[in-house]
Amino acid sequence: MGPVSQAIAVTAVSLRSIGQRWGAALVTVIGVAGVVTVFLAVLSIGEGFRATLASTGAPDRVLVLRSGADDEMSSILDRESVRVIQDAPGVLRDDRGPAVSAELFVIVDVPKRSTGTDANVPLRGVPPEAFRVRSNVRIVEGRNFVPGSNEVVVGRGAADQFAGLEIGSILERGKHEWRIVGVFDAGGTVADSEIWCDRAVLAPAYRRGDTVQSVFVKLASPGAYEAFKDSLTTNPRLNVKVVRESDYYAEKSRVLTQIVRYLGYPIALLMGIGAIFGALNTMYSAVASRTREIATFRALGFRGGAVVASVVAEAALLGLAGGLAGGALTWLAFDGYRTSTLNWQTFSMVAFSFRVTPGLLAQGTVYAVLIGLVGGIFPAVRAARLPVASALREL
Amino acid sequence: MRFLHLVWRNLARKKARTVFTLLSVLVAFLLFAYLGAIRQAFTMGIELAGQDRLVLRHKVSLIQMLPISYLERIAAVPGVKDVSHFTWFGGIYQDPKNFFAQMPCDPERMLRMYPEFLLPDEQKKAWLSERTGAIAGRYLVDRYGWKIGDRIPIQGTIWRPKTGGDTWEFNLVGVYDGKEKGTDTTNFFFRYDYFDEMRRFGQGLVGWYLVRISDPDRAAEIAAALDATFANSEYETKTEPEKAFIQSFANQVGNVGAIISAVVAGVFFMILLVAGNTMAQSVRERVCELAVLKTLGYSNGLVLALVLVESLLLAGVGGGLGLALGWQLARLGDPTGGLLPIFFVPLPWLGAGVVLAVVLGVLAGVVPASQAMRLRIVDALRRA
Repeated sequence: MGPVSQAIAVTAVSLRSIGQRWGAALVTVIGVAGVVTVFLAVLSIGEGFRATLASTGAPDRVLVLRSGADDEMSSILDRESVRVIQDAPGVLRDDRGPAVSAELFVIVDVPKRSTGTDANVPLRGVPPEAFRVRSNVRIVEGRNFVPGSNEVVVGRGAADQFAGLEIGSILERGKHEWRIVGVFDAGGTVADSEIWCDRAVLAPAYRRGDTVQSVFVKLASPGAYEAFKDSLTTNPRLNVKVVRESDYYAEKSRVLTQIVRYLGYPIALLMGIGAIFGALNTMYSAVASRTREIATFRALGFRGGAVVASVVAEAALLGLAGGLAGGALTWLAFDGYRTSTLNWQTFSMVAFSFRVTPGLLAQGTVYAVLIGLVGGIFPAVRAARLPVASALREL
Repeated sequence: MRFLHLVWRNLARKKARTVFTLLSVLVAFLLFAYLGAIRQAFTMGIELAGQDRLVLRHKVSLIQMLPISYLERIAAVPGVKDVSHFTWFGGIYQDPKNFFAQMPCDPERMLRMYPEFLLPDEQKKAWLSERTGAIAGRYLVDRYGWKIGDRIPIQGTIWRPKTGGDTWEFNLVGVYDGKEKGTDTTNFFFRYDYFDEMRRFGQGLVGWYLVRISDPDRAAEIAAALDATFANSEYETKTEPEKAFIQSFANQVGNVGAIISAVVAGVFFMILLVAGNTMAQSVRERVCELAVLKTLGYSNGLVLALVLVESLLLAGVGGGLGLALGWQLARLGDPTGGLLPIFFVPLPWLGAGVVLAVVLGVLAGVVPASQAMRLRIVDALRRA
């Protein structure tokens, strides 16, 4: 028998005997499954948040802000700037004019459904062009607001996460009453967490005159970006910065994603170490209870390497089982779980879903197998070093 | 004492198992301590919120501003002892990644409002005499290696100076320390009079007010009186205790912190279960020996105590080391590099950890040992 087939034969025998040691094996599987569950659950928060913000950016959409402004909230642009932007090269134009949406962005307090306490929900004042620039936004319930009225439409995520945003209800904020007439779907993007109304109505309510905060532009093609950007940033009459929408939102997800990663990885590492000790205990006792069996193999002429391989393979398989169980559990329990959090970088709420992605699942599984391997290697070496004669005599 | 040797020999019988069990208990409690620091970071120091402080802000949203003229009107409301105003500056120091709060304020009012901020007297005098002066918390100063006398350039995102450009320059005249461990020393304060004179727009507007009241028990009543004072004005207000204000922020961050905590807590108990099971297993394997001890005349209680001392030793040493290591690890600073600045293990949390370690030791020892006690000696001996 070659070394590989020897290893397979010994592994097959030891796997068949797992049934007699299922208690200890189960402890290892559960331990590893727990590690993988935590690892995936924590990282899926970051993944879901990042995905929501990342999906918001389309390659042919650009955001124009005042130079020096870090976000929409701190930006301000006058009417003249908007006109220059509308005339800039690279902007998509058709019979309805340039696809340029100059918008206002403020925040209103709306109670969070789960806690009843106030949350910062974005209220966006948009012109009719907003729906052309963001072609992924469509009304799914009720109807769109009538321009010039106090009507608003709410994003799906906002309607789901915050209280009092049902169609027909009235949002009273300060001296203003906003009537909710519809729900829109923005395809899982940031806009899903927002409330939209007519900019022409929002501007006087917030004493904004004819200034706006941000301008969203749809380009004729993604390649037109450089020409568009250069024409605006080199224009001495303007004081603006131009960013791709995808870059803007990627930057705005950085802090939360980092918090989650920096907490998630060390915790997973620590727990992995804990699980390795559990696996070591299991495999040492597995080796101890099979002393005679292993000695018999050795007496029959099986090499030490085959014994090592069989113990390591068993541990890795237990790890794999734990990894798969943990992955399945997390996927079932958390994938698609809807929640919302405050994005400190925009000071406003973002509704998002946990995402247990295939990439994360693969990471979790590899980690689980690694835990098994490390937990198996030392007991395996001990098994191979057993003195055959005295081991046979045991028990 | 003479039985300690017996306990020791039992622990040393399977050295590998004892060491690994000890280490997994250690890791579990290390995690537990670390979890305490994470929870602390996500609750944003809520338990340190002043009982006698109210936050008064614009009714529609915190981002909308209030007139400075409210200061005197607030002070005139019965039950109000002191009042101070703050504004969100939201500037950038060198790179947007370096996030910390900068706030223009009235220095004397601010220091009266926050007695937990300790600023040496001569630094306070320097601040009062220098319009471009600013003070920073100990955490910030350590993080960026600032020293008193440094010029700190901050790029305004919302507010830009009349002098042109985006950049404001402040002269660091003081460093404040926290009175308590969890006190927030991550803020940068500068003078409102300088800010108001220099900003291009928004003169006479401030972000929010902090109000000290004479009697915390009357908080709701005074808050209502304050809001009534400004009802039907251009700027209506919403007043709530500082604790409720912080709580609503923590709630907004919401599930993220709670889920991280819940999941880690789940695993902590799972590791305990596994470690406890291993400890219990090692007792079960020795039922026969326990029967021998009883045959030799050891009382039930003594045998139980022997087992208990052994498992308590494991849980105590493992748990204690784990908690100590976790505490030390949290002291190294938060793992995110400055995103969660208030990061330490609270003492009550460590206390809870010690209790849990004892509970683990007792349960892992008592359950199998008492089962063994109930066995008749003859049956137990026959098991071998």
